[in-house]
This record gives sequence, C-alpha cells and structure tokens, in this order.
Amino acid sequence: MELKDIINPNNLVYEKPKLITENTMHYCPGCSHGVIHKLLAEVIEDLGIQDKTIGVSPVGCAVFAYNYLDVDWQEAAHGRAPAVATGIARTNPDKVVFTYQGDGDLASIGTAEILHACNRGENMVVIFVNNGIYGMTGGQMAPTTLIGQVTATTPNGRDVGRNGYPLKITELIAQLPGTSYVTRQSVHTPATIRKCKKAIAKAFQAALDKKGTSFVEVVSTCNMNWKMTPVKANEWMVENMFPFYVLGDLKDSSKTDPASYTPLKN
Amino acid sequence: MAKVIGAVVVDNEECKGCGLCVVACPQDVLSQNKQVNSRGYHYSFMKNPEACIGCSNCATVCPDTCITVYRVKL
Repeated sequence: MELKDIINPNNLVYEKPKLITENTMHYCPGCSHGVIHKLLAEVIEDLGIQDKTIGVSPVGCAVFAYNYLDVDWQEAAHGRAPAVATGIARTNPDKVVFTYQGDGDLASIGTAEILHACNRGENMVVIFVNNGIYGMTGGQMAPTTLIGQVTATTPNGRDVGRNGYPLKITELIAQLPGTSYVTRQSVHTPATIRKCKKAIAKAFQAALDKKGTSFVEVVSTCNMNWKMTPVKANEWMVENMFPFYVLGDLKDSSKTDPASYTPLKN
Repeated sequence: MAKVIGAVVVDNEECKGCGLCVVACPQDVLSQNKQVNSRGYHYSFMKNPEACIGCSNCATVCPDTCITVYRVKL
C-alpha cells in the first residue's frame, strides 16, 4: 500500500486536539509543558466542558498558556493563582476552574495561597508542574531542587546546610482535609503520559462533582536549564527525581473516607 | 493476526527537533532530518516508513503536537 493511500482522513488515529490553538508554543524543544497542555486539551475536549472551563495561568514559563489552550483564562500575580481561582470558583459555581502552576510559583512564592486554598477545599483543579528549577528566569534554585543539584545559584550543588531541604509540597497538601484527590504523575514515556491523562481526567471529574480541591503534580524536565538534551533530561529525571518524588496517588477520597473534624458543641 | 500499517505526518515547520519521538518509536521508524526547517531545527521524518504500525506513541510524546498518525488494517 502506498503512503498516499494510508494518509487519508478515514484512517486517522491521532491528530492535534481541537482545543490546542495554531500558535507555535514558545517553550524550548522537548519541554514537558507542551505535553501537559495537550493532555489538558484532550481531557477538556473529552469531558465536553470547553465553554465552562476557566484556567488561571501563573507567572513562570506557562505564563502564556492562554495563547495555546482555547478556553477562558485569567492571569494571576506570581503565586496567587489559587487565590484568584478561589474568587472565580466561588462567584461561578457552575464553572470548572483550574490553575496551572510551576514549582517556583506554587511551592515558593505562592505557598501560603496554595496551602490555604487546599485547606479550605476550594472546588478547583491544580496542575503543578515540578521540574526542580526556576525555568523562566534562567535556572536558579527552586524549593524543589534536589540535594546536590547544580543550578545557576548553587554552582556546587544544593547544600543542605546553606539551602535547606527540597520541599515535598504534594505530600504536605495530601495531609489537608480539603483536598479530595492528590497524585503525582510524569510525562516522559507514552505509558506515563496516558496514565497522567487519566489522572487529569479524574481531577476534572472531581471538580465537576464538587468534591473539593484536586491536585495533580507532574514531575517534569527542564532540559534547557538542566543543560541536557531532552532525551538525556528524561533519563536524568528517572534516575534522580523519581527516587525522591515517588510517582503515584497520595490521596484518593473515593477510596478512603475524608478526614473528619468534629465541630465544637455550643 | 491482522497486519497493521501506519504512517505519520510531521508538520515540518512546527517541529522543534527535540528527538523525543525518535526514542518513543518502538519500530525505529522516525529519525531527525539532516536538513533544517525555517527556524533552524532538525525536524523529524519517517526514515523507515514501511515499519510503522501507527501506534501513535510518537504523537503522544510530541510536546508541540506536530505529528498526525494514520493506520490501516489489512
């Protein structure tokens, strides 16, 4: 069979999701952001909630996310996406609100906002992209940088005595009673990408069912600032990131009972 | 077992030549072109088109969604 016979709309098995716009992404070659955008587009398309989804984009590499996904967006100040999303979710209870944040945005400057939004159990989805470095500003140390990892501000590797320990913010958030689904995924192989898509779909379904905050961490690469090729960066992530940031569900309230607090008796 | 043949179409101008699809392909179909596109990236192409099974692994890992996959059952 000739190639021109195979390349025919009747034989199509995979095409660009309709929610991804024609704009060329500004991300570096091989950046995990592109894959996560694509998964979001596929999930929103599959659930048929394009007209009632509102995203809140962060400050960081994903600041231009509104150029690439054809849903409503609001840009928030650095780290304040969960606070803005709280306002949107409370005033528009029929909408599905999600925030898309990096590790510098969520785990550093926005720690207060994310912890309190999750503790209040605001009905929203949080997509947390963790690549262990400040990507947009040139590869400085982030709270999630691994011990010994070389960055622009830790040229001899992160030292515990001077820089402290890496922050496992997802484990912290899983402790909070407001969250319904907390998981850690990755997008480095086709199998993990399909698994991550299921996790994102579950998180959006939880938001539709008004179950509280769903939190999806995606362990990602930043090959440009790690100073590796995209393929090498994936290998480095498997070797070094995964032993510390262990993949899997941390909390799933559909399987376990939510934490219960007894109110004071008056 | 029915034989399956596939084909992929890479948007040469959108491709940034990251090479993730080359590694993801189980049949060693894709490779990076020696030539570059208008933005200077070595875009992917089917070096071994008859081996393609249309599994869409390459399109799944592509961060710039520039791969479209077709598949025919014989």
